[in-house]
Amino acid sequence: MREITLSKAVNEAIAEEMRRDPTVFLLGEDVAEAGTPFKVLSGLVEEFGTERVIDTPISEPGFVGLAVGAAMTGTRPIVDLMFGDFIFLVMDQLCNQAAKTHYMSGGKLNVPMVLRTNMGATRRSAAQHSQSLHALVAHIPGLKVAMPSSAYEAKGLMKTAIRDNNPVVIFEDKLMYQDKAPVPEEEYLIPFGVANIKREGTDITLIATSSMVQVAEKAAEILEKEGISAEVIDPRTIVPLDEETLLKSVRKTSRAIVIDEGHQSYGITGEIASRLTEKAFYHLDAPVMRMGAMDVPVPFSPALEDVTVPTPEGVAANARKLCGGELIHAA
Amino acid sequence: MSKTNTEDYLRMYTQMVRIRAFEDNANQLYLSAKMPGLTHMYSGQEAVAVGICEALTPEDKITSTHRGHGHCVAKGANFREMFCELLGKEEGYCRGKGGSMHIADQGNGNLGANAIVGGSMGIATGAAMSAKMQKNGRVAVCFFGDGATAQGLWYEVMNMAALWGLPVIYACENNGYSEYTKTEEIAAGSITARAEAFGIESFEVDGQDVLAVNQLTQKLVERCRKGEGPFFMNLKTYRYHGHHVGDINRDYYRAKDEEAEWKTTRDPITNFGKWLESEKIVTTDELVEINEKIRKEAEDAVAYALDAKYPDVSEVDMHVYAA
Repeated sequence: MREITLSKAVNEAIAEEMRRDPTVFLLGEDVAEAGTPFKVLSGLVEEFGTERVIDTPISEPGFVGLAVGAAMTGTRPIVDLMFGDFIFLVMDQLCNQAAKTHYMSGGKLNVPMVLRTNMGATRRSAAQHSQSLHALVAHIPGLKVAMPSSAYEAKGLMKTAIRDNNPVVIFEDKLMYQDKAPVPEEEYLIPFGVANIKREGTDITLIATSSMVQVAEKAAEILEKEGISAEVIDPRTIVPLDEETLLKSVRKTSRAIVIDEGHQSYGITGEIASRLTEKAFYHLDAPVMRMGAMDVPVPFSPALEDVTVPTPEGVAANARKLCGGELIHAA
Repeated sequence: MSKTNTEDYLRMYTQMVRIRAFEDNANQLYLSAKMPGLTHMYSGQEAVAVGICEALTPEDKITSTHRGHGHCVAKGANFREMFCELLGKEEGYCRGKGGSMHIADQGNGNLGANAIVGGSMGIATGAAMSAKMQKNGRVAVCFFGDGATAQGLWYEVMNMAALWGLPVIYACENNGYSEYTKTEEIAAGSITARAEAFGIESFEVDGQDVLAVNQLTQKLVERCRKGEGPFFMNLKTYRYHGHHVGDINRDYYRAKDEEAEWKTTRDPITNFGKWLESEKIVTTDELVEINEKIRKEAEDAVAYALDAKYPDVSEVDMHVYAA
């Protein structure tokens, strides 16, 4: 199968959906000729023109608001939010308006829009261009949240998002844009709420999102050499969450670590760990462990930044402890 | 007077009386503790909603505010579904999930009231954007109060509307008060000049004069359909009640004399009624008859809504996501 970058996969997904559905359009800062700072959207304006690939002023609440209104009246906007950190600027439009409109109107109005943005630290971009803020929006009922872990997921989830009749927020890891993965030439969609078992195992379940899937897979390789068999699962969407697949795995392995790049406190690692504990308590041989980003603003210095996010070695070390029963006694 | 004009005038009068009747009943529901929560009365501003909405088709869109019952009625809503919504009943426009501050009536082009001051400015502008993209000739009117002109969102969306020539009319219902504060105490410079700074053609109009509002809106809607939008209207008006129904002792920010003067000399319904009589369009008896009929219609709708059933509790997690 051919391999393409995550960036190219997103680009293809959007182009295919724009060809299929004339109501789909793009708007955001520098999406047209510039194709975004990461060049994810390059070439789209040449094919679809400036009427459907629209450069906006630097007015995040404004253009997200426009997308909400456009989505309510017969079109399917894809909003490009240049950095995930800017989500704080658009919270009212996203969380008070887009998320609640369908419910508040008793099901009469829909907001079929996609907000695509990014996440991920270790790019030396410091505290306001490095955050992973998906937990903030996952907390708000009415929003769906997708977190692609490779080019394959990025394409399939984006196409599903564009066809969904709800506001969907997609977080792409900005460090993975040039990562290649096998992506079929023929069309495919990835349904929301269906986790992907990336690697089967019997001793411990590593549940990981976005770029942390790679971290978990590397940890599993380390562990394999030591005779520990780790299962790696990528939920792919955190809202909706495929709880059943996660539970089934944990009932089998009896141990789990949840790995995510959002801050650990009040993040999705805690949410998933809590669900597993509530629903698989008698199957567990160890506490479900959380591994999120450190609870500090992302620092600039490489010496500091690299220690704030989970690493394969860190995951393997914790897995070793859980499998060895260490934490049971420590707790 | 041509027959068509007569019909238009009577409909405008009727719609203004309907808004006032709706609000009087809503206020009574609050005072008699029959309505859950609070509500924000539109009384006094009727000529704005009616003058504007009478210039629109049902396909044209509006966005409304927390003080939104007037817009909803003016855009064509029924009393029954509205009172049911205010009382949280299943037959309400939003099945009781929105309430007073979120009434939406998409069948008549009302994209909904909004409880965030200025929160719908993006939505209205986006509706205009999609109208332009779909080339369907529709216009969007964004209602907001003078208090909302302090929100940054307005300046962001006016910039884009002006850049892209969107068919949106920003209608500032300038009632002089931002909740419990005189707007002149919190607004620097000129509100109209702020819109003009974006190159948006702007108009100041007496918001108590339904004909003036209607005639101006008709022109602007026509021009929007020809691609000449956006526009801004600063409509001077007055809210008769407090910020909400519970804001009763308000001498500390607004004098009773000022309220009395607006009510006695500048009431949009009384003054339009007098004009209709003086122009021999209607007789006093006919106006009394219209008022009586609407009073009855409102009372019947209230009685119906009070008896209507609440949504089944199983609906609580319905409509979080669309299919």
